[in-house]
Amino acid sequence: MQFILRRLAFYLVAAWVAITANFFIPRALPGNVVEAIMAKNPDLQPSAQKALEALLGVGPQGSLWDQYVHYLGQVFTFNFGPDPINFPATVNQMLAQEVPWTLALVGISTIIAFAIGTGLGIMAGWRAGGRLDKSLPAWMFVQGIPYFFLALVFIEVLAVKFRVFPIGQGFDAEYYTPGWNWGFVGNAVDHSILPAITIVLTSMAGWMLQMRNVMVTTIGEDYVMAAQGKGLTSRRVIFTYAARNAMLPQLQGFGLALGYVVAGALVMELVFSYPGIGLQLLTAVGNDDYPMMQAIFLLITFAVLVANLLVDIVLVLADPRVRAREVAR
Amino acid sequence: MTMLSTAPATQLPGARAGSRRGALSGLAATWRRLPVTAKAGAFLLLFFILAGIIGPQVAPYAPSLQTPLANQGPSGAHLLGTTATGQDVLSQLLTGIRLTLELAFWVGLIATGLAVIFGVTAAFLGGIWDEVLSLLTNVFLVIPALPLLILLLGLMPGKGQLPTILVLSGLGWPWGARVIRAQTLMIRNRDFIAAARETGEHSWRIIVFELIPNEVSLIAASFVNTVLYAIGASVALAFVGLADLSSFSLGTILYWAQSGNALQQSYWWWFVPPGVAVALIGTALVMLNTGIDELGNPRLRDVRNATRIAGRRVWPTDPTPVVGAVNGHRGRLASFMHSFSRGSLLEEEPADQAPVKKAGEVR
Repeated sequence: MQFILRRLAFYLVAAWVAITANFFIPRALPGNVVEAIMAKNPDLQPSAQKALEALLGVGPQGSLWDQYVHYLGQVFTFNFGPDPINFPATVNQMLAQEVPWTLALVGISTIIAFAIGTGLGIMAGWRAGGRLDKSLPAWMFVQGIPYFFLALVFIEVLAVKFRVFPIGQGFDAEYYTPGWNWGFVGNAVDHSILPAITIVLTSMAGWMLQMRNVMVTTIGEDYVMAAQGKGLTSRRVIFTYAARNAMLPQLQGFGLALGYVVAGALVMELVFSYPGIGLQLLTAVGNDDYPMMQAIFLLITFAVLVANLLVDIVLVLADPRVRAREVAR
Repeated sequence: MTMLSTAPATQLPGARAGSRRGALSGLAATWRRLPVTAKAGAFLLLFFILAGIIGPQVAPYAPSLQTPLANQGPSGAHLLGTTATGQDVLSQLLTGIRLTLELAFWVGLIATGLAVIFGVTAAFLGGIWDEVLSLLTNVFLVIPALPLLILLLGLMPGKGQLPTILVLSGLGWPWGARVIRAQTLMIRNRDFIAAARETGEHSWRIIVFELIPNEVSLIAASFVNTVLYAIGASVALAFVGLADLSSFSLGTILYWAQSGNALQQSYWWWFVPPGVAVALIGTALVMLNTGIDELGNPRLRDVRNATRIAGRRVWPTDPTPVVGAVNGHRGRLASFMHSFSRGSLLEEEPADQAPVKKAGEVR
């Protein structure tokens, strides 16, 4: 319990650093950001200008400290005011539309990639030097291909030439409206298969490589040898003895990788015109939509921090060694 | 010229000349121990570095030179065809490799430098310094980098090479720092460090001359990793348009190819070469890194040298081969000899007859 509190404190510090960086970055940059936004969007009300000035720290207002306190209040209520680009809508309303898309697609494909990659890594490590292991350079090449490049080629071949999958977008807006009916869900799933395949293909190799290396190190341990000596079935030795212990760095990586996964999703959503937060972040950058940029950055950061906290807790529950080490502290 | 440069070397005190030769032969020995994959990776990388160095000089055209020949396939005049504005793709590629590698190299250098400074300082000073620096490192590690990169580059007025290098290196050091800190913690308790301290060496002298030379392989691995990250991130950033789009890097070529609908119109010569170049550079770096990994981790190395005993491949996971497995191949004379030499009658006989079962079959 004490351990969990300690980790919680750490992630709170991390969150505070991110929040503070988010506060200072727009203030450290030259130029009047708000006026630029107002000039771009003439239909904005003066109230929107006030909100923007408060958020971005431009124009006449209180001391830096007052601004900071005000900003912290905004962050804690997760209230970033109206979105200057899609004006009557607030930033929160926009995000509420987009988050489910990213979460569903990227979350599911990450879990699939993790499972397949770890499985292949177990096999490659168990038979290190074997046929599967020899194919590693090919996997390194797959990992080296820039994600968007692979995705573009897949779209071109599978969606445009052979029409196996629909081209981009989250669903066909002209036939379906979002809601819980079979037509829409089926259509959305249909649209998500190709992006999911590309994510799984490119991120699988990293999991495989890491798992393979840890596995090779683990099977050299005496307890694995002892398990084999006892005459246990290979399956039991592999999964209960070797892989279970080799999983730790993998799990830890899973928490950290969530950040990179969301990052990968940025480019994926651009290439597939997928209506998630990655595409929204890039659009916001293109439009100088600062409130949206800040909100998305904080949202992604919080998601990653919470995921890491959960992974830490799972690790402590799952591994007696970690538990012993943490309790001894 | 060669005479001049070698002359002072021979006049140096023997010890120092010897140590230089020692360093060289040490490097050669390291190279010999590198696995084949890593060597292949090193050669592949060398090829691209050479292309980056001499590329811009031998490029047949200026990369931005526009000609009326738009969207031409490969021909004698344009070996890799032309873009939508009639620019020569080969010339752009050669310039692009240079720019991308240059950026990655600087990011690798700065970020690894920061990693060494943070990692070594934290571990060497210990106490409250360690706590604070480790906290900083871990915080930077969990804050997602690419969204922050996009946020920073999106807010920055200029999006040229220098801001990108600074932002990428500012966010690329935590991994290396963590690994280097762990290693330093291990080394700083060794006897030779204690000895250096006893002789009254300054802390910085111990760090520079005793500690860091012992962490070279780790620092090299961290450098390679950072370069890999820098290439991936910079290409992705350029592709989404967050780069100086008037310059030619591998990422911006892909950006223009994408916005020129090269893929939809099957102008493969425009988008395939830069994509493959990035993939090959990435592969080379990953290969090099696994090689460095194997140097540091004997178990990974041994896997490659798994040997055949009596015509059967012995997997590292298999129990030590029992001589019984070999018995099956013994000739008549050898069997006869063996019946004298073995220690006990009970030994091996059943194993000799029983079919050899491989432990841990997964395939």
